[in-house]
Amino acid sequence: MRRPLAFLAVNGALLLLALLTAFPLLWMLSASLMPTGEATALPVRLVPSHPTLEHYETLFTRLDLGRTFRNTLFLASAVTAVSLLCNSMAGYAFAKLRFRGRKRLFALLLATLVVPPQVTVLPLFLEIRALGLVNSFGGVLVAGIATVFGIFLIRQFAQGLPDELLDAARLDGASELQIYWTIVLPLLRPILVTLGVFTFLSAWNDFMWPLIVLTDESKYTLPVALANLSGEHVQDTELMMAGAVVTVLPGLLLFLFLQKQYIEGITLGSVKE
Amino acid sequence: MTPAVPPDIDETRGLPAERRAAWALLTPALGAIGLFFALPLLAALLLSLTDFDIYALADPRNARFVGADNYLRLLRDPLFWKVLRNTLVFVLLGVPLTLLLALGGALLVHSRLARMRGLFRTVFFAPVVTTLVAVAVVFRYLYHPRYGLINQMLGVLGLPPIDWLGDPAWATAAITLLAVWRSFGYALVIYVVGLQAIPVALYEAAELDGASPWRMLRHITWPLLGPTTRFVSVLTTVGLFQIFAEPYVMTRGGPLYATTSITLLMYQQGFRWWNLGNAAAIAFVLFALILGATLVQELLQRRRT
Repeated sequence: MRRPLAFLAVNGALLLLALLTAFPLLWMLSASLMPTGEATALPVRLVPSHPTLEHYETLFTRLDLGRTFRNTLFLASAVTAVSLLCNSMAGYAFAKLRFRGRKRLFALLLATLVVPPQVTVLPLFLEIRALGLVNSFGGVLVAGIATVFGIFLIRQFAQGLPDELLDAARLDGASELQIYWTIVLPLLRPILVTLGVFTFLSAWNDFMWPLIVLTDESKYTLPVALANLSGEHVQDTELMMAGAVVTVLPGLLLFLFLQKQYIEGITLGSVKE
Repeated sequence: MTPAVPPDIDETRGLPAERRAAWALLTPALGAIGLFFALPLLAALLLSLTDFDIYALADPRNARFVGADNYLRLLRDPLFWKVLRNTLVFVLLGVPLTLLLALGGALLVHSRLARMRGLFRTVFFAPVVTTLVAVAVVFRYLYHPRYGLINQMLGVLGLPPIDWLGDPAWATAAITLLAVWRSFGYALVIYVVGLQAIPVALYEAAELDGASPWRMLRHITWPLLGPTTRFVSVLTTVGLFQIFAEPYVMTRGGPLYATTSITLLMYQQGFRWWNLGNAAAIAFVLFALILGATLVQELLQRRRT
């Protein structure tokens, strides 16, 4: 008799916790489809009486959120592409190429992980201001060209590549850069996917830095635009929920499709010993 | 953190071509990190020792070296102490709650009796990948004193409504709850990995000895999860110390500065009032706090084991 009871307790608790976790997201989606005013009407409604897409229409026509969406997509993709290239080059060099000071340099890089981004954000702003990059995508991009976490992740993975393969290519007369490009990069594919999802999502969701750099509404990314809109349109609950859905959904879908890789990245990153 | 580096025998054996290639491959990443991280880091230290403000923004020659004045002024500023206190409340409330939910959830997901584990893990993790600004907007409506669903549910349970974001006493808790909701899935996944690493034989042996599930949890699971708990709690602590978007979107730091975090204060000082010298000092205090908290946790855990 104990087993069925324990079974119920475990699965019941799981279900309850899952419902509580999913609830804000489900309500967001549901409220975004409600006619104006329904989300704040009493008694409370959980599902729309007449599902409507009017708020999404308003977002993409009157508020031109399509442009904001494209800005975010472009920036997140650019940061991902550039940082994957830079991080994979450096991570591979640290893992497989022998040079003086390799360990010391890597230890120094790891030590910088303790510095919170708040410390560098002020001078970095002055720097991009001096470079004339305020209110430009380039200004947002510079902060993400290379990351210590990315270099670390690639290095962990690249250490497992067989040396024989690289040596054989050297014997065949391939240059070191050719080896990186034609042999190493394809072999790094799994970890590049993992790091790519990671980077894309954090760039997509990033708030403080784009908020500081981008001053013109036409350049805003989704989080910045949404924070801005939520001040102006406090009363328009359904509209704001539609905005939240547009902001959250792409990242959520990407995660659902690539969650194996994403979770792998977390567990790889957490084994620091 | 990094132990003394043993000499790398490989380092000296590299061929010249290999060494050249290594530096060529490292240059873009190291260049970017040097230019956009190391340089600003040094500049931040200098900045915090000056009275760099909006006039200096127009002409840097207007900035003067003021020594530790910015730091001393912070220590005398009641608002700074309030913000410091707020941030500590976020951390002290949020870390235990995150660990509890994460460990509890991980134990459930890892349980032999659990069904549809993959689905549950996905649901618990989903908030982690959401955009903080967006979910802060969602939670702001859920917390609405009149229409918000949280108060509606309290009403169903016969409890009085709470002015979640308008009452200084509740606003910190409300914001912490959002932060915990968004991040506990991350800790949960790391805990699941930790649980999977515990040999099943230990539990089988304990079961033979007639140990109760509670004793097994206390004497096998919890001690063996020690390193995981340490890692997760440091990660959560660091994250909560840097809390920013939640109060920025939900309360603008109010009511009466009750939810202004250190990072929000730094942002306002730096990018609204352009007191960059003062803001840099705030950033370094935050850095010191994070470093201090990390070391304290490290020492506490080490003494226990």
